[in-house]
Amino acid sequence: MEGNVKDEQLADLLSMWRIRALEETILQLRLDGDVVGSVHLENGQEAVAVGACRTLRPQDAVFSTYRGHGWAMARGVPAEKILAELLYRRTGVNGGRGGSAHFSAPEYGFYGENSIVGAGAPIAVGAALAAKFDGSGRVALTVFGDGAMNQGGVSEALNMAAAMDLPVVFICENNKYSELTPINDMVRNPDLSARAHALGIPAVRIDGNDAAQVATAVGLAIMTAEHGRGPTFIEAFTRRITGHYIGDAQMYRPAGELEADKKVEPIVRLKNALAAQGVAASTLEAVEQRARTEIATAAERALAAPLTDPSTAREHLYV
Amino acid sequence: MSETAKLTYGGAINAALARCLEQMPETLLFGEDVALPGGVHGVTRGLRKAYGERVFDTPISETAMLGAAVGASMMGRRPIVEIMWADFMLVAFDQIVNQAANVRYVSEGRLSAPMTIRTQQGNSPGACAQHSQNLEALLLHVPGIRVAMPSQAQDAYDLTLSAVACDDPVVVIENRTLYAGAKAEVQIGGPIAPIGGHRLRRAGDDVTVVTWGAITSSVEAAVDATGVSADVIEAVWLNPFDTDGVLASVRRTGRLMVVHEANLTGGFGAEVVARVVESGVSLSAPPIRVGARDSRIPAAVQLAKAILPQTDDIAAALRSLAAR
Repeated sequence: MEGNVKDEQLADLLSMWRIRALEETILQLRLDGDVVGSVHLENGQEAVAVGACRTLRPQDAVFSTYRGHGWAMARGVPAEKILAELLYRRTGVNGGRGGSAHFSAPEYGFYGENSIVGAGAPIAVGAALAAKFDGSGRVALTVFGDGAMNQGGVSEALNMAAAMDLPVVFICENNKYSELTPINDMVRNPDLSARAHALGIPAVRIDGNDAAQVATAVGLAIMTAEHGRGPTFIEAFTRRITGHYIGDAQMYRPAGELEADKKVEPIVRLKNALAAQGVAASTLEAVEQRARTEIATAAERALAAPLTDPSTAREHLYV
Repeated sequence: MSETAKLTYGGAINAALARCLEQMPETLLFGEDVALPGGVHGVTRGLRKAYGERVFDTPISETAMLGAAVGASMMGRRPIVEIMWADFMLVAFDQIVNQAANVRYVSEGRLSAPMTIRTQQGNSPGACAQHSQNLEALLLHVPGIRVAMPSQAQDAYDLTLSAVACDDPVVVIENRTLYAGAKAEVQIGGPIAPIGGHRLRRAGDDVTVVTWGAITSSVEAAVDATGVSADVIEAVWLNPFDTDGVLASVRRTGRLMVVHEANLTGGFGAEVVARVVESGVSLSAPPIRVGARDSRIPAAVQLAKAILPQTDDIAAALRSLAAR
């Protein structure tokens, strides 16, 4: 049993390192000018994606936000295809039409990022609605930030999923910041899960920097949905240890906050936990190295692929 | 298979929806008050009883409703959503413009959104400013969606079927003043036509009048009253718009007039005129547009009449164009 837990933790560590290495590589590509435009990284929030996606089944559908590279990767989209997408290569998941903030890869159960805050929630309700009729057994998972709770569409989606008992898992990644503004300045009741409760949706508040807790919560949510009891709301507390976007100077953060957040970020925490269980430092380093090597190889391949041909720009507008 | 039935415009839509639900098991029909109550205009009456849970009522949440249509269609369902008034679609425009319209293009064709939005628009006596607008130009400015606007029972039947069968998002704009009009012979059960094309309502040699929506009958009345020899082209599909069909007519008549109930500035009439002029077709007079004045729409009937194009206005414009 203990061995199993340890194996699971090592697997989570590898998955989180892959996302971290992917995001660090994207940052470098952006600074080098290979990637252009606005890019939102999820450093520090990896445990939510990793814990959730290792619990989902192949038939489930994920709808993320523009902070979605890691969600796609946790869902199984190869890093090379994600990087190629950000680099506008032919081999990207959408040939560069989605870019960093709006790509999808339905063949991996990743139904896309969304660059409109909160807009994925109603669409996830639709994916769950389809499941009611298509026999797929699908659960739709939508993730959004604390700021999205103040979008009307999210409230509408929560209520409609509740009223119709639809199989939706709503995950609110509460990283304390509604883009650049503290969420607690934008609400009176800081308990965002209370809104779901008020709509009759079972809601939990969990440590989002612990992949195992996230996995447990998502597992229960899937069981709830499978029993026809409808949606679940998970408020996962986490910390973004990078800017809202690349180039965000983060002047809004109080002194010392970032340093404190970096001490409890999920990779550091899991490494410490594994070390405390007697896992050798060399083993932990090997996990990181493996992830970094994989991503470096993926980046090389993505950069070597041809750009998408401009002559295709007008294709696929209509059937 | 094909047979005829005496149906109102609303009844024809109901018959088309019933056929969709009958023959396309992936269809869903939902909206505010559409299932048990049968719709505020009665268009969906009886469908819940006949087709069960695939026909259902939703909360008054246009964003959730349209988002649900986007998501369900991405997963292979064929949702048909009723937006009770076109004005209400504005509270959920994100799900049409930023979401539905992008699904196929941004995913490079890996996903699609075969959803149909049924709505109705335009003024009727006493309707307030938020229940009177003609909003087709907003939709026509959005690549990625299709727009149909039937004004006769047969077209209401045919276009509804074509829209639902289309694998892209389609907005069908109906008109509530037509729902309970006179019954007409409607061919039902025939083959489903592909989207596109126009209807020639009057044939003539001196003027081409392009129009769409409920005002088409006013255009017909104006042509009949003036005796001007005119082609009246009803653009029942605004996207795709049958530019070639209009050009073929204008090439013959040399005169173009566009009539719509929507206000002039930024209206689709400007686009029709631009396409004709840009084509280089020889014109014997400058084109004319007739539409509502650029104004809000007042509830008072006598005030609304001063804003919206009346048959007399259309007739006067037609006479002056024919005389040039």
